[in-house]
Amino acid sequence: MDEPASRAGELSEADVRRVARLSRLSVSEDEIEGVRTRLGAVLGYVERLGELDLEGEEPMAHAGDEVNRLRGDEPSEGLSNKTLMDMAPEVLAPFVRVPKVLGGGDGGGTGGGGS
Amino acid sequence: MSAASIAQAVRRGKRSAETVVREAVARAKASGDLNAFTQVLEPEAMARAAAIDAAVGRGEDAGALAGVPIAVKDNLCTSQGRTTCASRFLEGYRSPFTATCVARLEAAGAVVIGKTNLDEFAMGSSGEHSAFGATRNPWDPRRAPGGSSSGSAAAVGAGIVPLALGSDTGGSIRQPASHCGVVGMKPTYGVVSRYGLVAFASSLDQVGPMATRVEDVAMALEVMRGEDPLDATSSRHDTGDLVSGVGSAIEGARIGVPRDVLDDAELHDGVRDVYERAIESCRSMGAEVVDIELPNARSGIAAYYIVAPAEASSNLARFDGVRYGRRAELDEGEGLEALYVKSRTEGFGAEVRRRILLGTHVLSSGYYDAYYTKALKARRLIKGDYDRAFGERGCDAVLAPVAEGPAFELGSKSEDPLALYLEDVFTVGVNLAGLPGITLPAGTAREDGVELPVGVQLIGGAFGDARLLRLASMLEAALGWGGRVAG
Repeated sequence: MDEPASRAGELSEADVRRVARLSRLSVSEDEIEGVRTRLGAVLGYVERLGELDLEGEEPMAHAGDEVNRLRGDEPSEGLSNKTLMDMAPEVLAPFVRVPKVLGGGDGGGTGGGGS
Repeated sequence: MSAASIAQAVRRGKRSAETVVREAVARAKASGDLNAFTQVLEPEAMARAAAIDAAVGRGEDAGALAGVPIAVKDNLCTSQGRTTCASRFLEGYRSPFTATCVARLEAAGAVVIGKTNLDEFAMGSSGEHSAFGATRNPWDPRRAPGGSSSGSAAAVGAGIVPLALGSDTGGSIRQPASHCGVVGMKPTYGVVSRYGLVAFASSLDQVGPMATRVEDVAMALEVMRGEDPLDATSSRHDTGDLVSGVGSAIEGARIGVPRDVLDDAELHDGVRDVYERAIESCRSMGAEVVDIELPNARSGIAAYYIVAPAEASSNLARFDGVRYGRRAELDEGEGLEALYVKSRTEGFGAEVRRRILLGTHVLSSGYYDAYYTKALKARRLIKGDYDRAFGERGCDAVLAPVAEGPAFELGSKSEDPLALYLEDVFTVGVNLAGLPGITLPAGTAREDGVELPVGVQLIGGAFGDARLLRLASMLEAALGWGGRVAG
């Protein structure tokens, strides 16, 4: 087994913050170093792919044998509006309720509120 | 008792489905120490069993799996009970539909008695990353059952049910099957519909059966497989008769042994012994054993830990706290963005968050080609290794170990995620290449005075599931494990 830990520098604290923002996850100040080290260890390990001769290889995104397969455009029974609305944590019939989106984004008003 | 013999007895009216199911429910309820189930669906199961007995009484065909109690991994949607993925995010989630594979088993008479524990969203190899606590190995409760289909493997390995469903993205059926002494199969990609399987990595995920015998695995797969209009990746390929070949010999089978990978591996002595004896069993059943090479196998784990988190980060973006699942409480002044971040941060466990972060990183601007595209090219090489083994080398199957060691102690690897990731080295290539793989219990290894089951894995060519099952049944007979369960 390789020793990837020494290559943990592959990922900076700024990277962790950037990726957390993109992921819509919060990583607290206490957690950043741990996340950086653990993800850095994995990224260090995958560096070995750089040693392969990949010249001319076609990227393989899928192993399946079906390509761009479409169903006929025929109406069929789907899930009812009520079924879907029943799953939503907060509704204001006939809508799914979310906090205010426009007018200041996150700093914006309480809008629909989370309460 | 095997699924096949239960179904036969129920169909002939020699045993009632109600009795069989009641006994299985009682075993499940008494197995709390294992933590194999997220929920036991007793009233639903008893009602279904009564309906099957009534059908038998009317002289109707009650199905190929009539009255067989089954357990279903809790990342498969069922309209009865909850579908939690062992996540706080979906703790109270009730699916409005049932996964195609489960619906097909039910239509064939199988009775779902409960949903089984797993590593959250199927991300893990130990069963420890569950929001509802780790599952324990029925052979030694201090040890992990493997994962991520931890509860299904433990439930079959403990003799609670003869048949269970798992899902396998990088070994999540085959590795826990090996650690719990049961048979587990990941079919060729596309053979089983993924409709109703909560997506982890869509190009790798495949549902498969776990049982005490190859015959039961074949019966379940025969019922589940086939095209599904609700899954555009379900294959139209004809996989033939899966059941009738089981138990009959293949003359002149050729089994490949990947010597280069084995020489490189740090196999536990007991695992190596079991594996070498399995090679002898292949010879004793008349197969020709040839050395082959899988030179890119080691790169498989690297490719896998880019491709799987990348797809996971995309698939798990749907958990937003708006449409279903957990919704965080917001403070005054917080908006939609905070709703996403808080719901996701509270709802997902540490391992799931790590994989989302990793996947987001490798897909992000500036890193995409360096990581993701490179991994997809490496994936092509890994498939090429297997194409050569089944093509020019003429192998019917490749025989490989499943994991480097037997079941490990709970907590022993959780502090080092890379060690857990490396646990997948013998299994991930099969998912990357989309091939069928089946794990069989092959013997035991002694660890701290305890005999622990050890499996071996047969890997077949794409859509050669029927031939693979037939070979597996030959090897099963030669190994002589005989459907043994723990305790």
